[in-house]
Amino acid sequence: MTAIGQPLVRRDGAHKVTGAATYAFETPVSAPLFCHPVQSTVARGRITAIHTAEAEVLDGVVDVLTYRTAERLASTDDAELAVLQDRDIAFRGQVVGLVIAETSEIARHGAELVLVDHVEHEHDAELSEHRDDLYKPAKVNPSFPTDTDVGDLDAALAAAPVRIEQTYRTAMYHNNPLEPHATTALWDHDSLTLWDSTQGVHPSRATLATVFGLPPERVRVVCPFVGGGFGSKGLPHANVVLAAMAARAHPGRPVKLALTRQQMFSLAGYRTPTIQRMRLGADRDGRLTAIGLDVVEQTARLKEFAEQTALPARMMYAAPHRRTTHRLAALDVPVPSWMRAPGECPGMFGPEVAMDELAGELGVDPVELRIRNEPAVDPESGNPFSSRHLVECLREGARRFGWEARDPRPGVRLEDGWLVGTGVAASVYPSRVNPGSTALVRFEHGRYAVEIGAADLGTGAWTVLPQIAGDALDVPVDDVDIRIGDTRYPKATVAGGSTGTATWGTAIVEAARAFRDKFGRTPSHGDEAEATTEKNPEAQRYAMYAFGAQFAEARVHADTGEIRVPRLLGVFAAGRIVNPRTARSQLLGGMTMGLSMALHEDSVLDPRFGHVVNHDLAEYHVSVNADVADVQAHWLDERDEHVNVLGSKGIGEIGIVGTAAAVVNAVHHATGARIRDLPVTVDKVLPALP
Amino acid sequence: MKPFTYDSPADAATAVRTVAADPSAVFLAGGTNLVDHLKLGVARPGRVVDVTGLTSTEITEQDGGLSLGAGVPNSDLAADPRVRSRYPVLAQALLAGASGQLRNMATTGGNPLQRTRCVYFQDVTTPCNKRSPGSGCSAIGGYTRYHAILGASEHCVATHPSDMAVALAALDATVRVLGPDGERTIPFAELHRLPGDAPERDTVLRHGDLITAIDLPAPPGDRQRYRKVRDRASYAFALVSVAAVLSIADGVVQDARIAFGGVAHKPWRAWQAEDSLRGARAGHEAFRAAADAELAQAEALPGNEFKVPLLARTLVATLRELTGGQSA
Repeated sequence: MTAIGQPLVRRDGAHKVTGAATYAFETPVSAPLFCHPVQSTVARGRITAIHTAEAEVLDGVVDVLTYRTAERLASTDDAELAVLQDRDIAFRGQVVGLVIAETSEIARHGAELVLVDHVEHEHDAELSEHRDDLYKPAKVNPSFPTDTDVGDLDAALAAAPVRIEQTYRTAMYHNNPLEPHATTALWDHDSLTLWDSTQGVHPSRATLATVFGLPPERVRVVCPFVGGGFGSKGLPHANVVLAAMAARAHPGRPVKLALTRQQMFSLAGYRTPTIQRMRLGADRDGRLTAIGLDVVEQTARLKEFAEQTALPARMMYAAPHRRTTHRLAALDVPVPSWMRAPGECPGMFGPEVAMDELAGELGVDPVELRIRNEPAVDPESGNPFSSRHLVECLREGARRFGWEARDPRPGVRLEDGWLVGTGVAASVYPSRVNPGSTALVRFEHGRYAVEIGAADLGTGAWTVLPQIAGDALDVPVDDVDIRIGDTRYPKATVAGGSTGTATWGTAIVEAARAFRDKFGRTPSHGDEAEATTEKNPEAQRYAMYAFGAQFAEARVHADTGEIRVPRLLGVFAAGRIVNPRTARSQLLGGMTMGLSMALHEDSVLDPRFGHVVNHDLAEYHVSVNADVADVQAHWLDERDEHVNVLGSKGIGEIGIVGTAAAVVNAVHHATGARIRDLPVTVDKVLPALP
Repeated sequence: MKPFTYDSPADAATAVRTVAADPSAVFLAGGTNLVDHLKLGVARPGRVVDVTGLTSTEITEQDGGLSLGAGVPNSDLAADPRVRSRYPVLAQALLAGASGQLRNMATTGGNPLQRTRCVYFQDVTTPCNKRSPGSGCSAIGGYTRYHAILGASEHCVATHPSDMAVALAALDATVRVLGPDGERTIPFAELHRLPGDAPERDTVLRHGDLITAIDLPAPPGDRQRYRKVRDRASYAFALVSVAAVLSIADGVVQDARIAFGGVAHKPWRAWQAEDSLRGARAGHEAFRAAADAELAQAEALPGNEFKVPLLARTLVATLRELTGGQSA
């Protein structure tokens, strides 16, 4: 029996639930120092003086770092990481000092005592599509064309018998993993060790080595466990540099730095709000002739990040005339970054609600409308899809959800005081293998050790990578030891872009093959072989994506407008599923986060101050258990020999793609209210209630 | 967090004397709000006086009603069979608030004294008249979703966050207070203040006053309901809430006690709605008229206009439910 496909329990599960798993901040070290950042209280300005004396005399304060006393970094190319280098303040909440003390309480108290004098400059923190300074970035994350233009969109729209032209908005979101961004750091014998909560120990090492001008081999990053990241730990943020700075200022003493929840709202990335001007043209049968999407979003003046929001609109449905654009407003705000399915997540909101609006306009079932617009090849590249089973996902989802009996009329079902409706949306996420991940297989004392510097951010890498290795070596999975989360193991790429299992798994399979080729089935103790992933040549010939269909039931209280979602059901086509237990967890987690985006999440940036004012988990609402009822994730038995040697596609992100649109479409079906800006809340549906 | 002296006195009288003698001293009970404020710098006491165990943790029969010891945890109060059967509006309000863990810690005396969750009050980097008198109100012109539509002032538009307090206001509870000059009682509806020009003062309590018990009179009506409206199904403060206690005979409202939550600086006793209801025939028109009578004085802020119709709808729906009517 092969291990792949078995619902094995997490190898690290018992450690985590018993508290035995050590996270970055808990790393047992001797006599650590603790750090607390001092943050700017203006959104733009220049420091004229920093008064540290009161903090410095506090019993237990060891040091206060400011731009005057902090070391000069070797590289300040990444402005987000160039902390404490000059007097400039680029956003409210930016770090302007760091108090280092014997306890975390003293450090926090010391930070309160540091006073910063500054000249405040007029700041600008308000996103609008009407700004006259919107600009076209050179590319969008990570390296896609900013704009695309195929055919003649305007002419096609003008000629289209049916048009949908609407503007949709997604809110600003913060990743908010349960474990804050945290580091234990030690500078000893001219080497830096970072026990850091990160989605990639090797990428983190490379960045930190550059920032401090160290050879990479003198930086070690260790991260066995992560309490969630959702992209916000995919790239090192300022907190890691600060921890390393503090350690280097106090050689031989370990230092600890954990951001507070409030600090995470300005220092750990976020998803930009998006404004999506969507235009669809179709014939009377619902066949799309034109797809236009113009996106306006924000970036930080300090450092550009351009969310690739229009990407899915480029490839999702067939239409001969298509144009997409991205325009940015550079604001005096914290730096946006990756958040679960950057691009696809917000980018499947506007288009998938617009499809629902088109279906309503035409009187065509929204499932059927999507099926009618299924492209034969990737509209973007012209290449065939390596596999595309969206239609099957839609049909299987409709069957499981009970979509057939649906009355399309909005606002006509009242049950026990609740208006009831259902909605659907499609999901998509690219399938990629990152080049440059190396796995090593070694035979030790009768067992197989697999080493790869991967990171498990809660997804299940500790469990699924041995399954892949066991099958590749043709040995029981229990004979395989996996070693990850440390730069002492071979270089691996980031746990991001849903590439982890596919990439690291490919490296492991190839290393196992190399091992068997070299040593056969009767290796000796110490025999080892390794392999490194390369660019998948098939990616030039095929378009590679996972697809899915999500169905939602919404209930809106007819008196109060309270919105509840008793059912969410997703069907996904994501290649071969390595471990159904951890995979289901990933998909359910994504869908739940999508529900949270639909109904609750909303970072309220007060433009007068320039910071997010609801910056804690009491005020920034994420869906709680009582909001999450019957959520089901199913998948098709999909084979794809092109994506990688495993035939598996990434599943970490597709679950959040399309969910919010499905919920919004269900709310429309329930109430007749078409909400085009997220989240959908009581106040927005109230005017439509009886 | 500023260091402070921690006192754990032997009895309530000592605790009161200790706090009264030190302007920088505060009482600590369950700590569910104060500990947050210590970390955030919103509260910077020099002395923290722990009153755990110094007030009663018992619920006792008294004059046809109940006396609730200030030390009774919110979860115990919500679970008490006498409270559940005779004061369901109170049990419902308690269970609508916070989370199980917080209710285990929060106390009867402490819950009404929790402070507003106005995001600007809780952020020491923004002006706030309640936290720092004279600095200005950041909520006006800012994020107002959880802010007042009744009884606010140009100095403060914050709301009181407690659910329990809304039910207590409707039930005509009485607060027993031990102060430096001895014991006294305060009608619950008069415990909290409107902001006026002194929003730093949430209540009429003086420094050193300790709530020792809250007394409930005999239930003023047998039809009781607490209805809380929020975007999230749990663990969220009210956008609006309604505590309603009704007596009906032959389809006519004999008596009505109504209080609103989430809409004012204090639990808002809806006197005008009550007056409008008394003697009226129970039905949609009377309920709507009651809502209109109370909300004529409502003044919404940009960003929370929806709370006026939402509160009206919630009141009408709650009264309808209490009188056996169907939902919309």
